[in-house]
Amino acid sequence: MSGHASTYEPKTGFTKWLDSRLPVVRLAYDSFVDFPTPKNLNYWYTFGGILAVCLMTQILTGVVLAMHYTATVDGAFASVERIMRDVPYGWLIRYIHSNGASMFFLAVYIHMFRGLYYGSYKAPREILWILGVVIFLLMMGTAFLGYVLPWGQMSYHGANVITGLIGAVPVVGDGIKAWLMGGPSIGNQTLQRFFSLHYLLPFMIAGVVILHIWALHVPGNNNPTGVEARKDKEGLKQDTVPFHPYYTVKDGFAIVVFLIIFAAFVFYMPNVLGHADNYIEADPLVTPAHIVPEWYLLPFYAILRAITFNIGPIDAKLLGVIAMFGAIAVLFFLPWLDTSKVKSMRYRPVARQFFFGFVVASLLLGWCGAANPDDPIIPMGSDKLVVSYTDANGNEATQTYEEYAAASTFRDQKMSEGVEATIAVEKAAAFRFVHLAQLLTLYYFAYFLVILPLLGLRENPKDEPASIHKAVLGHDRAAPAPAE
Amino acid sequence: MSDAQTKPHETVDEDRRDFIHIATAATAVAGAGALAYVFVDQMNAASDTKAASSLDVDVSKVPVGGEIRVLIGGQPFFIRHRTSAEIRAAQNVELSSLPDPQSDEERLVPMQSGEYNRAILVTSGSCTHLGCVPVGPAQGNTGDFGGWYCPCHGSHYDTSGRIRRGPAPSNLPVPDYNWVSPAVINISL
Amino acid sequence: MKFLRFISAGIGAAAIAATAHAAGGSLHAHEPEGGWAFEGPVGELDMASVQRGYQVYREVCASCHSMRLLSYRNLGEPGGPFYDPEYPNANNNPLVKSFAAQDEILSTEPNDVGDYDYRPARTSDPFKSPYPNDAAARAANGGALPPDLSVITKARHGGASYIYSLISGYPSEDVFSTREIPAEETPAAESEAEAEGEGAEAVDGGETEAAEAAAPAGPTSETVLKVSEIDSSHYDFSKYKGELVQPVGQYYNPYMAGDVSAQWRGDPRKTPPGGFLAMPPQLSDGRVSYLDGTEATVEQMSIDIANFLQWAGEPKQSQRKSTGLAVMIYLLIFAVLLWFSFHRIWRNVKH
Repeated sequence: MSGHASTYEPKTGFTKWLDSRLPVVRLAYDSFVDFPTPKNLNYWYTFGGILAVCLMTQILTGVVLAMHYTATVDGAFASVERIMRDVPYGWLIRYIHSNGASMFFLAVYIHMFRGLYYGSYKAPREILWILGVVIFLLMMGTAFLGYVLPWGQMSYHGANVITGLIGAVPVVGDGIKAWLMGGPSIGNQTLQRFFSLHYLLPFMIAGVVILHIWALHVPGNNNPTGVEARKDKEGLKQDTVPFHPYYTVKDGFAIVVFLIIFAAFVFYMPNVLGHADNYIEADPLVTPAHIVPEWYLLPFYAILRAITFNIGPIDAKLLGVIAMFGAIAVLFFLPWLDTSKVKSMRYRPVARQFFFGFVVASLLLGWCGAANPDDPIIPMGSDKLVVSYTDANGNEATQTYEEYAAASTFRDQKMSEGVEATIAVEKAAAFRFVHLAQLLTLYYFAYFLVILPLLGLRENPKDEPASIHKAVLGHDRAAPAPAE
Repeated sequence: MSDAQTKPHETVDEDRRDFIHIATAATAVAGAGALAYVFVDQMNAASDTKAASSLDVDVSKVPVGGEIRVLIGGQPFFIRHRTSAEIRAAQNVELSSLPDPQSDEERLVPMQSGEYNRAILVTSGSCTHLGCVPVGPAQGNTGDFGGWYCPCHGSHYDTSGRIRRGPAPSNLPVPDYNWVSPAVINISL
Repeated sequence: MKFLRFISAGIGAAAIAATAHAAGGSLHAHEPEGGWAFEGPVGELDMASVQRGYQVYREVCASCHSMRLLSYRNLGEPGGPFYDPEYPNANNNPLVKSFAAQDEILSTEPNDVGDYDYRPARTSDPFKSPYPNDAAARAANGGALPPDLSVITKARHGGASYIYSLISGYPSEDVFSTREIPAEETPAAESEAEAEGEGAEAVDGGETEAAEAAAPAGPTSETVLKVSEIDSSHYDFSKYKGELVQPVGQYYNPYMAGDVSAQWRGDPRKTPPGGFLAMPPQLSDGRVSYLDGTEATVEQMSIDIANFLQWAGEPKQSQRKSTGLAVMIYLLIFAVLLWFSFHRIWRNVKH
C-alpha cells in the first residue's frame, strides 16, 4: 500500500523472521510511519484521518448496539429506548452512533469539497477519486438502511419514499421494489434484511477504504499547490516530511478538535440533527406532514423534487430519480470532465469563483430540500380572493376581490339569491423553493458538464510554483492564498 | 524561523519536548481507557434485567413437606416447607462427615425479628455438578437423604440442600433473600 | 486563524441543517416565565417539580395516556424524581414500592389454571396502561388515540415547551358561543371539510384523529369561537377577524399542529394558527391537591407535567450532561497538549 521504496529495516530476530514470512510490519511502517507526505498540507487535508476515526466509531458503536437491538416491527422502537434507558451507557453509545452518522457526512463533504478545490481527482489520482465516490455511495446506502432501524415515523415513511423511487424505473421497477422489501410493503421482513445489510455495508466501506488508501499511496498525496512532490532524492527530501510524527500529530490535533464539536452534539444537543417525528413509533396508517430525509441527503432530495416536468416519454418522477442519481454519477466522470492541466484552484482564479458558487449552490440545495417546495421565497403581488358561483345562464362564473369584506358580501348576496357561491384563494405568483431548486440543479449539472470542461480550455491560469518547497518558502512574501 | 536558526535550540528544547509528548500520550491512553470502560460496561446486566432479578414469594402457600419452584431471572430456585422430621434430620448430622460442611442454621436467613423460620428452606435449583435441575418431593424422588436427587449424574442432597453423595462438589447455594414479612420473602440475585 | 474558519464553516453547515426544518402551521411553543431549569449545558431538572408532575400524570393524564416505556423503578433510579441515596436499588425504595402497589395490573404470567389475574404492580413492572390496547383506547376516546407519553417531549418540536404551551394554551371559555344551525342549512359541506382537516391533523402522532362522522341527522347546534378575542400574552390574535367552527368532540388549540382552514369562517388568507385535538382542556385550578402543599394553579400544573415528561423522555439526561462536562474538559486539555506537541514537532519545518 505504499508507492515508495521501502525503508523498513527489521532489527530484532523476531521481526526479521516475521518480515520474511508476512511483511505486515513493513507495510504499516512504509504506509503510516515513513511515508513521504508533502509538507504543505493544510487543515483541509486532515479530514481523511477524521473520516477514518468516524468509520471506526460507527463500526464499534454499531456492533455494540446490535447486541441490544431487536429487528422486529414490534420490538425495534422499544429496544432502542431500552438501550437509551436500561443498558449501561447505552444512551451514550446510541447518541454517538446517531450523531456519528451526521459527523461522518459532515467530514466526508468537507473532504470531497477539498478534493474538488485542489483538483485531487486529476491524473494520476482518478482511481483514488472513483473509489472515494464508491465509498460515498456506500455511506448513503448504509445511512438510509440505518435510519430505518429505530422504526419511527420518519424511518418508515422515509423508507417508503426511497423504495418508491425504485418503483419509478420502467418495466422492472416494481419487481425490484417488491424484491427489496420482501413483499408488497415495508414490514418485518424488510426491517430484518435492512438490519442485516446495515451491518454488512460498513465492512464493505472499510474494504474500499483500504483500496482508497492504497490508491493514495501509489502516487502520494496531492497538496494545496497541486504540484507533485519531486521524485529525485534531494527534491523529495525538500518537498516532503515523513507521515509520522509530522502528520500523525497534526491529524491527531484536528481529530480532537473535531471530537469537541462531535461531543457538543452528543452531550448537549443529541437530537437536534434528527427529526422529532422519529420518536413516534412507525404507523403505516399515518404519514408525517413533511417527510424529510436526514440533513446530509437534503441536497439530493431537493434535486429529486426539482424535476416537476416531463421530457418526452420520461415522466417527472422518473426524471427526478435520474437527476438525483445522475448528481452522484457525474462525480465518477469528473476526472475526465475537467480539462484543465492545472490541479489547484489556487492558480485558477476564474474556476475558483465557479467553485465557490458550487459550494453555495450545494448548501442552498440543502435548504430547498428541507423546505416545502411550494412555499414562496419572494412573493410577487398579493393573494386574491375568487368567488365562484353559477350565473343566471347556468355557466360557471367568478369574481375576484382584494378585500375579504367585499368578497363575503358578494358571496352572501349570491347565497341569498339561492345561488351556491364559494370563496377560494388565488395564490399570487411567487418565486418558490421549487424554482430555486431548479436553478440550483441546473447550476449543479452545468458546473460539471459545461463549466469545468470549457473552462479548462479557455481560462488563463496563474503560474504554478516550481515545487512545493519553493511554494512554501514564497509563502510569506506572496499574497496569502484564500481558503487555507 | 528558518532551519538554520532553530537548530542550536534543539538540544535545549529536548527535555520540554519529551515532556509534552509524554503528557499527550498519557492523556490519549487515559481517554482510551475511559472509552474502553464504557464499551465493557455496556455488556453488564441492564437495569431492567437487574430489576427482573428480584421476586417476592408468599411462602405460606407452600404445603408442608412440599416445595415450590420459581424462576428468577431465568434461574430456578426451590422453596421447601420442611416437616419437623426433615428439620430434625437436617440438624442431627455430624458436620465433619459432610463433603461440604455447613450447619443447617448457616443455610437459613433470620426473619426481621431475628428468629429463624426453620420450616422454610430456600436454595438454588441447579445442581452444583453440571447445572441440572434436581428432582424433589413433587417428582416423588428425594434421593437417599430425603432432600433432592439429581438424575443426571446421581447427586444426593439432604433436607438442608447439602450434598451428601455423588459427583456434585458443594451444597446447593442459598440465594440472597430476606423476610419482608413473616409470610413473604424477597429473593434478589 | 485558519482554524476559526474551519469551525465556523462546520457550525454554519450544521445551523443551516438545524433551522431548515420548516415550522408547521402552529404557534411556536414558548417557555414558562423564567425558563426551564433543565436548559443549558449544566441545567438540572427541578426535581420537586418533576415529583409534582408525576402526581399530575397519575391523577389526570394517566386515565387516558399510557407511558409504556417507563417502569415504576425508574422513579427511584439515580436521576429519577424519587431517588433516595439510602436505597441505591430502586426496587427497595419504599415510596416507589408504594406507587407500584397502588396500581393493579394484569399479570403477564398465567395463574395455576391458566387465567391472567390482576395483581398489584411491582417496581419492575411498566407503568399501568389505561387501556389494554390501541383499539380499546380509540373506542373509549371517540376514535382518537391518546398518544403514549413516554418520549413525547422528544417526539414534538418544542419538547417541554410544547407540552406546557399546549396544556395551558386552550382559549378561555368566554370566546366560545353556541348557536343553533338553521334547519335548511345542510352540514354536508362541513363534514367533508372536517374529514380533510382530520387528515392534516392526524399527522402529528394521531393526537387528533377525529371522531367518526356525526350522526346522520346532523348536529342542530354548533360551537364557534371568536379567534380575535383570544387573550394571550404570547401572541396577538386580534388580526384573525372571523369565527372558527369547532367540530363535535374536537377542541381548538393554537399550539396544536394542524390546519383549521376548513373550519374557518373569515378571510382564507388569514387562517388562524393551530389545530383541533380530541383532548378537551384538562387542567383547572385545584385539579390536583399537591402533596407538598404547592398551590395547584393551571400554570403550575402545566409546568410540573412538562418537567415530569421532560424527565421521562430521557431519564439519563442529567448523567448525559455531567458526563459531557467531563468529556469536554478532557478533550480541551487533550487538544491543548496536542497543539503544543504539534508545534514542537513542526518547529523546524517550514510549511
